[in-house]
Amino acid sequence: MTIPRLTLDHIACRYGDLDVLEDISLTVQPGEFVSILGPSGAGKSTIFSLLTDTVKPASGTMAFDGEPLGKRQNPFAFMPQRDALMPWRKIIDNVTLGLEVQGIKRREAREQVGALIDEFGLAGFENNYPSALSGGMRQRAALLRTVVQQRKMLLLDEPFSALDALTRTRMQTWLETMWLKHRWTAMLVTHDVREAVYLSDRIYVLSPRPAKIVRTFDIPLSRPRGRDAVSRAAATEIENAILETLFDPTGGTLP
Amino acid sequence: MTSRVTAERHAPLRQQLCKILPAFLALAALFAAWEVYVRLSGISPTTLPSPSLVLSQTWQYRQALFDNALPTLRATLSGFALSLAAAFVLSILVDFFKPLRRALFPIFIISQTLPLVAIAPLIVLWFGFGLLPKILLVALVTFFPMLVALAEGYAATDREIERLLQTMGASRWMRFRLARLPSALPYFFAGLRISITYAVVGAIFAEYAGAAKGLGIYILNAKNNFRPDLVLAAVFVSSVLTLLLFGATLLIQRLVMPWAEKPPEGGQ
Ligand SMILES: Nc1ncnc2c1ncn2[C@@H]1O[C@H](COP(=O)(O)OP(=O)(O)OP(=O)(O)O)[C@@H](O)[C@H]1O
Ligand SMILES: [Mg+2]
Repeated sequence: MTIPRLTLDHIACRYGDLDVLEDISLTVQPGEFVSILGPSGAGKSTIFSLLTDTVKPASGTMAFDGEPLGKRQNPFAFMPQRDALMPWRKIIDNVTLGLEVQGIKRREAREQVGALIDEFGLAGFENNYPSALSGGMRQRAALLRTVVQQRKMLLLDEPFSALDALTRTRMQTWLETMWLKHRWTAMLVTHDVREAVYLSDRIYVLSPRPAKIVRTFDIPLSRPRGRDAVSRAAATEIENAILETLFDPTGGTLP
Repeated sequence: MTSRVTAERHAPLRQQLCKILPAFLALAALFAAWEVYVRLSGISPTTLPSPSLVLSQTWQYRQALFDNALPTLRATLSGFALSLAAAFVLSILVDFFKPLRRALFPIFIISQTLPLVAIAPLIVLWFGFGLLPKILLVALVTFFPMLVALAEGYAATDREIERLLQTMGASRWMRFRLARLPSALPYFFAGLRISITYAVVGAIFAEYAGAAKGLGIYILNAKNNFRPDLVLAAVFVSSVLTLLLFGATLLIQRLVMPWAEKPPEGGQ
């Protein structure tokens, strides 16, 4: 077994008196797509805050590529829960934001993302402001802004939760296609069971706050994952098992 | 596509025209009533001149009014530039060092409570009859609204955007430049519009307290010569000046904030 890309070991976290995370341990291997599934307010976004060093854990350790996660390395590209596009920047400039922060010249940054603009379905909209884009396009722009940073791992916080059901399904299919092509190491936070099953290699299910991992599901379904009847039947079985765990977090998992 | 874009750009303009139409009508009605009252009551023009007389006097004395409007405009713009620069620099300092805000804001608030009639002669006494006292007085009345607007604008920055920049490894100054500053622009322009309406009045106050030339001293002389028509003519000119500056801020806002030209349709 290779060194895991990311390891969280017995992480706990609190905001003042509020215990948010009680005991989180998980691993992500290079090239894996892992999801964290949990009820609203469980502390899913908090896990990302810990990884991106905006919040400190109360206890536990985090390691990336075998090294403790410290201030020096910044291996994550983060996509926040709302798209957080800057309304005053054109789409192209929003997309290159991370590169600009890294000190890359604007022209060079634009060249770097040029090829991907098309792939992300944003061609022709580079010079529009975000307010002119549909929800799905904004989300794709936010995702493109995340991947062009060339970090070792993507952190996606409910990227599609604000979209209507149809657009969301389309975006999931599209994201899987993109992932199969680029094989990003990615961690997705969501409370949409079907989305998690469709996209992930492995799913960690959180209990309500204070959160711990109540169960881990490996998703052995072959890729690309279809939406035909046979694939759906296999997926539905897993989805039902996950839903059961979500509704009754203690059921059968305690020793 | 192109034609649609231009159409969208023109639509708000037409809407704006429709919006200011009632104001125009109300103003016209007011002046009409004033005119009618003066004519019917036979009141002496040295007490209350009619609008038509004021207008004709404005035209007749246009050279003198123009000559006096120029120094006022110069004082206004210089004072405004000073105040803008000061507000901008201070807003950044205050944003980076929060205790500074608690130290300075009470002083600024007190500065806004000072009665201009008392302050203007004092400033002239201290700084003479030149341009400087006018600049200072204009800055005094315009500085604070802009500072408050900027400070509020910074504070209104989307936290998620700032956090995103933080995860990208942006320094504090970068976060300020990339997120807080642009977020503050709409607030800033709102403050700018309030300030600009005070600016001309501030300059006139300073001139009234002592000046060689300017609308303020022109008004003082006209008043002393019992010429209310000329007082009102100067008032008319100063109003036009303020309106022009106000319009200029709107234009600049459009240039600086092109993304706000068309508000997003639906959602958010
Ligand atoms: N900066 C903070 N200070 C104090 N409390 C916070 C902070 N951020 C989050 N919380 C609280 O911590 C808990 C977990 O928040 P978090 O955002 O991690 O949940 P989540 O699982 O991402 O929820 P959602 O699905 O609604 O996004 C919530 O009760 C929230 O109110
Ligand atoms: Mg969240």
